[in-house]
Amino acid sequence: MTNETLTVTELNAYVKALIESDDILSGISVKGEISNFKAHSSGHLYFTLKDENSLIRAVMFRSSASRVAFVPENGLKVICRGRVSVFPRDGVYQFYADAMEPDGIGSLYLAYEQLKNKLAAEGLFDASKKKTIPKIPSSVGLITSPTGAAVRDMINVTGRRFPFAEVVLYPVLVQGPDAPRGLIEALDYFNSTERADVIIIGRGGGSIEDLWAFNDEGVARAVASSHIPVISAVGHETDFTICDFAADKRAATPSQAAEFAVPDTDELKIRFQNVVNLEARYIVSKISSLREKFSALSSHRSLTDPRTLIDERRILIDVRTERLGFSFDKVLSDKKSTLSSVCAKLETLSPLSVISRGYSAVTDENGCLVKSVDQLRVGETISFRTGGGEADAEITNIRKDG
Amino acid sequence: MAVKKTEDLSFEEALKRLEETVKALESGTVPLEESLKLFEEGVALVKLCNGKLDEAEQKVRILRKTEDGGIVEEDMD
Repeated sequence: MTNETLTVTELNAYVKALIESDDILSGISVKGEISNFKAHSSGHLYFTLKDENSLIRAVMFRSSASRVAFVPENGLKVICRGRVSVFPRDGVYQFYADAMEPDGIGSLYLAYEQLKNKLAAEGLFDASKKKTIPKIPSSVGLITSPTGAAVRDMINVTGRRFPFAEVVLYPVLVQGPDAPRGLIEALDYFNSTERADVIIIGRGGGSIEDLWAFNDEGVARAVASSHIPVISAVGHETDFTICDFAADKRAATPSQAAEFAVPDTDELKIRFQNVVNLEARYIVSKISSLREKFSALSSHRSLTDPRTLIDERRILIDVRTERLGFSFDKVLSDKKSTLSSVCAKLETLSPLSVISRGYSAVTDENGCLVKSVDQLRVGETISFRTGGGEADAEITNIRKDG
Repeated sequence: MAVKKTEDLSFEEALKRLEETVKALESGTVPLEESLKLFEEGVALVKLCNGKLDEAEQKVRILRKTEDGGIVEEDMD
């Protein structure tokens, strides 16, 4: 072998075979920090694992990557399980990871934190998005397992407090890989059928793995986008799930969820009585305000002493009569002076006044007023009007000006 | 729209009417005679609601998937 000359391909294949024959390298855990992380569209993950002094290129194929609960990212300290092999094309050895765990904390815990931060950043948990739980629902939708203590508590508490509300149970699996799909379907069902005025979604206590369906991103989004208000009751008081944050209200237990969902009949009756009392108060205040108005009016002077009113009117009439007389006199004298000035103006415009000053008005045979010698012919008979009457004349000669 | 008699109203309708009577009375613009009528109606509505609450028996329905993918409701024991 030492004297043989190999091709590059042969060399890389030899090294690959050598490394892959090693028992330790074919099943090993390595811990380091992720850098140069790249999630390829094929689903494979490419990254580098490094510590203070060294690094190794790593790849995780899609089938393994899909089993990682959290989202790997740069800077994250992880423990990867897998094998070391050679990538013959590039002549590099690298780590082929089959499994990945966060170093120091649980994988699910990290996934939970990551999703919570992501959805919070999107505003999915904003207080402004929370819908009000109806005060008096006629129907309560339950999304939970049909067996177990949780559903019993929900039904019993609802029935004890407010039997009037109908309870509609959508039975679902509350754990296992199919659970999220069922929870989402149930939320969709109530939202599309409007079969409930309020929804309780939840389950009894369990391990973080048991409750995991309620930390599913799809479930959280379905809860947040439900237009029917959702009360979340998952596990015990100390268990917080993403579903709790996305819901309009979180209940510590299934029983408490039922208390939030429906009113207590006895309290409701007291509230009704309060409404009646309130109405009665309105009536009483209405009557007393009317009474006040009435007494103010009835004590008015015009009612207690009707004569005053008549006297007042009389004075008013006198004042007005006086004012009327005065106005009439003024109107009359104004008219008189207007008339005489109009008469004077008329006088100056009258043709008679012109004639009295020695002028005559001449008309032709047709009776038209003659204003120029151009209108006249020699021999034509004209009439002229002067002081005291009219006279006819014949034109004997025409002399134009100029 | 025909106005239903008080005794024919559903629980929800009665509640809505009750709310309306309170609102009308609260406004203070309703004439006295009419407000007395509203008050009477309010009392009748509360009586009706209380009666319906007393009569109510819890009804629990369970949804079941059918073979064709639909969903049916059944009474749950």
